[in-house]
Amino acid sequence: MDFRLGEDQRALRKGVRELLGRLFDREALRAAVDSPAVDRGLWRELGAAGFFALRLPEEEGGVGLGLPEAVLVFEEAGRVLLPGPLVATHLAAGSVPGAAEGDVVVTEVGEGLVPWLDEADVVLGSAEGAVPMRSVDPLTPLHRVPGAPAAVSTTEGWEAVLLTAAEQVGSAEATTGKAVSYAREREQFGQVIGGFQAVKHLCAGMLVRTELARAAVRAASLTVDPVEIAGAKLLADEAATANARDCLQVHGGMGFTWEADVHLHLKRAWVRAELLLPAARAEETVAAGL
Amino acid sequence: MDLAYSAEEEDFRVRLREWLAAALPTLPARPDPLDWPARRAYDCGWQRRLYDAGYADVHWDASPTQRLIFLEETELAGAPYVGANFVGLLHAGPTIAAEGTAEQRARWLPPVLRGDEVWCQGFSEPDAGSDLASLRTRVVRDGDAYVVSGSKIWTSHAEVADWCELLVRTDPGAAKHRGISWLAMPMDAPGVTVRPLRTLAGSTEFAEVFLDEVRVPVANRVGEENDGWRVTMVTLSFERGTAFVGEVVACRRLLGELARTARENGTWDDPVLRRRLGRLSAEFRALWRLTQANVSEAQATGGVPGAGGSVFKLHYSHARQELYEAAAGVLGPDALDLGREWTLDRLSSLSYTIAAGTSQIQRDIVAERILGLPKGR
Ligand SMILES: Cc1cc2nc3c(=O)[nH]c(=O)nc-3n(C[C@H](O)[C@H](O)[C@H](O)COP(=O)(O)OP(=O)(O)OC[C@H]3O[C@@H](n4cnc5c(N)ncnc54)[C@H](O)[C@@H]3O)c2cc1C
Repeated sequence: MDFRLGEDQRALRKGVRELLGRLFDREALRAAVDSPAVDRGLWRELGAAGFFALRLPEEEGGVGLGLPEAVLVFEEAGRVLLPGPLVATHLAAGSVPGAAEGDVVVTEVGEGLVPWLDEADVVLGSAEGAVPMRSVDPLTPLHRVPGAPAAVSTTEGWEAVLLTAAEQVGSAEATTGKAVSYAREREQFGQVIGGFQAVKHLCAGMLVRTELARAAVRAASLTVDPVEIAGAKLLADEAATANARDCLQVHGGMGFTWEADVHLHLKRAWVRAELLLPAARAEETVAAGL
Repeated sequence: MDLAYSAEEEDFRVRLREWLAAALPTLPARPDPLDWPARRAYDCGWQRRLYDAGYADVHWDASPTQRLIFLEETELAGAPYVGANFVGLLHAGPTIAAEGTAEQRARWLPPVLRGDEVWCQGFSEPDAGSDLASLRTRVVRDGDAYVVSGSKIWTSHAEVADWCELLVRTDPGAAKHRGISWLAMPMDAPGVTVRPLRTLAGSTEFAEVFLDEVRVPVANRVGEENDGWRVTMVTLSFERGTAFVGEVVACRRLLGELARTARENGTWDDPVLRRRLGRLSAEFRALWRLTQANVSEAQATGGVPGAGGSVFKLHYSHARQELYEAAAGVLGPDALDLGREWTLDRLSSLSYTIAAGTSQIQRDIVAERILGLPKGR
């Protein structure tokens, strides 16, 4: 057993981090917030970089990697708040023509919600009767769809839950980093606030949540066990949402502004938490495994 | 990234599992949890069985992964807990293995493995708990001995211990962290008085230890004189990092038992309780994965566990307390019955966020050593 990243995996993560740093830096994020639309150019670049075709066999033009690698890539996407129906398009790469290349945007109906409906070329599941809502996340347009949420039953369904959880882990890591760097800079009472134990302890709690969720998500990518995936989603949702809140607290008034990115992490985390396997159903799934 | 065990590791697991299946039914009845001498005899008896079967040295000679398998399998099988051997096997032993001289290893390690000698930990003092480095127990050098005077508190198993990993101040003039030494003190030396303290669970699990001019040979010092704080950090990293590993498996077993009980007594129909158990199950599963990650890291760096142990301990200690709160919901009135093992364990669990460094201290460690935030309170 060696539950650490292998050399190739570390290289992959580094490569994706650099790529996203180039394709979607903070300026791009703020620009996207101001005019939310799927950036087709970006989508194609992601396609060209193998983001969607990551798990297709090389014979089919894919990268030939597995779910653990996909999880690492989606952690990175979550860190930078990369927008768009990334998980659905990634999962459709083998079945919807053009998805692998990033020529086509694929979305999927989730728990009574469908993201990016107006922008998507292909919608998986029934979006009949969809009604637009004013989405809490400025970077994820949402429609409500009638009907009860279906239980996750297919392999792809569970993979979607897992990859969404991986994005949450990335977001949790990013907000931890933002809180820590702000705490090292901002001074009050003649010292940096990171020297105050009350602030330190918020930051330590953020790290603990992130590490626990990360271990759960990565393990689930290896076992692909639905109960383990459900547990990982539960902890990752909690890490992303609670960390964003604590990050906001560490930033004080600055954290409450539109200018700080904290609210974007929090709002996206809320959307991901509700869109696929929300807490109550995740808890029931894990309980049923007892 | 790989959760699969090697063929060799799997083979170790299978042989251990077979041995446990044969050995466990022949164990004597468990002793009264309040009777420490009986508990010592029982725990050491089990240790002796492990020794004779060739499993004892897994605590410091085997690879971290093998050790993980050992802790996983013994817990899964419901084998006895290390109990009175906790300090010797899980942190004094590993410290001596890592920091001791060849003679010291030869003197102290085999009796621990055989279950012949029990250790206790004399770190805390009445005025030095979280602020451990402010300890005051002092020594006067007299020839080839240190003459030790002072008092220790909260010393677990002191009543039944043969040896004590003792922190003393060898240089009162030096800066707080500089003048400390780590000694192995025989508990039967003249001048050692043990006064048991009654815990909130009603047991005498820990004690006060008074030291009145106790002679400890200088040869019993592990590490250099005045370098004891560094050695202490090694001990604490074992205590926080790896000593709780098996207990996560135990918690998963307990949760399974709880779910069975809940299904039998109807409390499972309560969705709030059911979901609470689901959440706890997710947490203990994740804690196990975190353990595997920490062990992989320790395996790769070849040694002492790092600050990751504090990350683990922080979540584990709170989750385990939460487990007993949930258990009370399942057990109903039985949760008030001290005759139930659950009730005693619930009481004991209240110490997890205090012993081995409080949660507040662990958060300081995570913030300062992992996140790099400045020192200071
Ligand atoms: C069951 C049990 C077994 C034990 N066994 C042993 C043993 O075998 N050997 C041994 O040496 N010790 C043992 N201990 C002692 C244990 O390590 C100490 O109790 C622990 O380190 C806390 O010290 P204290 O009790 O003096 O509390 P204090 O240090 O007085 O702390 C009291 C409260 O103040 C908080 N606090 C203190 N300093 C700070 C700070 N800087 N920032 C924020 N909050 C702070 C603490 O978190 C705590 O909430 C045991 C304790 C228990 C409960």
